[in-house]
Amino acid sequence: MLLQQIFFALVTIYLSYRAFNLFSRIRRNILLGEDEDLTDNAPQRWKNVFLIAFGQKKMFKRIVPAVLHFFIYAAFLATQIELLEILIDGFFGVHRFFADKIGFLYPVIISTIEILSFLAMIATVVFLIRRNVLKIDRLHKPEMKNWPTIDANLILFGELALITGIVCMNGADVCLQEVDPQNYHHTGFFAISSWMGPLLFGWMDAGFLQIVERFGWWLHIGTVLAFLNYLPISKHLHIMLAFPNTYYAKLNSRGEMTNMPSIMNEVKSMMGIGDAADAEAPPADEELPAFGSNDIFTLSWKNIMDAYTCTECGRCTSVCPANMTGKKLSPRKIMMDIRDRAEEVGANMDCGESQYIKEEVRATAKKITKENYDDGKSLFDYISKEELHACTTCNACVEACPVMINPLEPILKMRRYEILTDSAGPKDWVPMFTSIENNGAVWQLPDARDKWTEELN
Amino acid sequence: MSTEWKVPKMADLAAAGKEPEILFWVGCAGSFDARAQKVTVAFTKILNECNIDFAILGQEESCTGDPARRAGNEFVFQMTALQNIETLNMYKVKKIVTACPHCFNTLKNEYPALGGNYEVVHHTQFLQNLIDTGKLTIKGGGVFQGKKITYHDSCYIGRVNGVYEAPRKILEQLDNQLVELKRCKTNGLCCGAGGAQMFKEDEPGDKRINMERTEEILDSGATIVAANCPFCITMLQDGVTASEKQDDVMVYDLAELIVNNNGIH
Repeated sequence: MLLQQIFFALVTIYLSYRAFNLFSRIRRNILLGEDEDLTDNAPQRWKNVFLIAFGQKKMFKRIVPAVLHFFIYAAFLATQIELLEILIDGFFGVHRFFADKIGFLYPVIISTIEILSFLAMIATVVFLIRRNVLKIDRLHKPEMKNWPTIDANLILFGELALITGIVCMNGADVCLQEVDPQNYHHTGFFAISSWMGPLLFGWMDAGFLQIVERFGWWLHIGTVLAFLNYLPISKHLHIMLAFPNTYYAKLNSRGEMTNMPSIMNEVKSMMGIGDAADAEAPPADEELPAFGSNDIFTLSWKNIMDAYTCTECGRCTSVCPANMTGKKLSPRKIMMDIRDRAEEVGANMDCGESQYIKEEVRATAKKITKENYDDGKSLFDYISKEELHACTTCNACVEACPVMINPLEPILKMRRYEILTDSAGPKDWVPMFTSIENNGAVWQLPDARDKWTEELN
Repeated sequence: MSTEWKVPKMADLAAAGKEPEILFWVGCAGSFDARAQKVTVAFTKILNECNIDFAILGQEESCTGDPARRAGNEFVFQMTALQNIETLNMYKVKKIVTACPHCFNTLKNEYPALGGNYEVVHHTQFLQNLIDTGKLTIKGGGVFQGKKITYHDSCYIGRVNGVYEAPRKILEQLDNQLVELKRCKTNGLCCGAGGAQMFKEDEPGDKRINMERTEEILDSGATIVAANCPFCITMLQDGVTASEKQDDVMVYDLAELIVNNNGIH
């Protein structure tokens, strides 16, 4: 028993520590983005967390996956109580620590967990069928090839392992309570294992039952610890990030594109209006500033958190007018690309090789920072201009995302980079730009703007 | 009828020391596009009929900058937007109505950060308010009685600014049979023009977005499509014409439907 206790403590502490490091790395990667203050109006933010993250409000736009997902989600939340007990039992070498402390509540809680786990098992099986047999369209777009599909199935099998663990652990325990009441105290009626336990394991002797009970217990906690270390490389990370991502989601109107004060002030001083007219012009020899985003460093930290929160459900892509008419743009791919790029930069920073430092400061720089990072690549190596150009800014993707990801913002930031910094972009747009600049209208027309009034009467 | 339709201009009113209650922001499409001009005229007639104290900027109006900003050209956006704000603030404009959802969105949501703060309403909201306050009565037994009408939510009035009910309330009063499209309200499908798509060729694909929407409209069996955006009207009309259904399905703005129903000519 003591040996098991020590082994449990070592494994749990090591794997938790390892997971902590992986999560810290993701936090570092998210903070490679630009600073953006998203802390105003806390009451509204908490309301969003309550309704959208905890309440899953936006999931229910599609009722079938919403209900199935809710089973898994509710089981996940409820099982945290059992997980806490497993940890206490494991560290202190006790058995079912809560059983004799909370009286009738214990069987009520365990029964709730069992019923939810049973529903979650059904949901998981249906999800496996939807993904692999029915091949639901949004789960089989080009960006889902290889790892994303393997990842999704691994998560579902992981969930089945968690549930199997509970079935073995509780079912065998119920049987043991009959044959070895000395060591396995009576816990009251469990909604599922009280009848399914004897059905499955009733034929076993005490020794065999103990093995099954321990197997279930270790399978459950082992899968939890494995998941904890797997989350940082998986789309399943949404089970954690969905909450902060909802909290920090923008509260201002969807219709408002972030203002660019530097350009506004420059134009103001050019036009001789406002305070900016008195401000001194920037020195001419200064390097031209870059506008918009070409890499994660010029996206905001929230854009990167969005990317890590994405669980690749593809609701955004399935409602994207460009995608459904065969264009290359897929909002989900945009988010996956940002995450992959952040991972690439993060990995290069971790390896610490000086080849990832800008050449001009390579000799003097002590370590790689977000300011001196340069690997000769950018987000444009992941996201093509064709994808960016296809967006109609209709906000369907923003509306569709259940965890408040905004795929539109990075698209528009990258368009800004292309136009403002690269002076490129679709050539069709040039006449529109010049016409607005010279004639104050989107089309270059000889008529006066109010000519229509002349023909009114 | 030989009503004289009046379209006062801000500059003239200012010269006479007057400030109108509301500015009618016409927009580029409403000013120059032959089809959208008809909507501008229809809305102007309603403003006249209801004795609204309004004015337009006329030559002093510029593009709000929406397509430039969404294409990524912040310089052009700032130039035209700051110019407009100078003009609007000079005339001490407080309230604006526009028949273009893109102008509406930019004036309402983006100009404040540049120093332009106005109460902005879309013409569908304005029309609904006229009906609610009794200034405008929709005549019963009009030309649309019993007709199957469907409504196309524009992205920038619908999903972006959350206006779903005002246009529908107007349609209900036209004594018709309103059929909802499969993708409506928050799930409404874009016409394909937004985000400066109106001003360039489509990216390679297997269908045009307006055709995807038109197919849905044709499936609904409606003979009239009510829209609230000049760009949607262009895209949907193109789609209907490309499907050779231009004699069976008509695309109208809500203001035009009211004018036709009430026989304001």
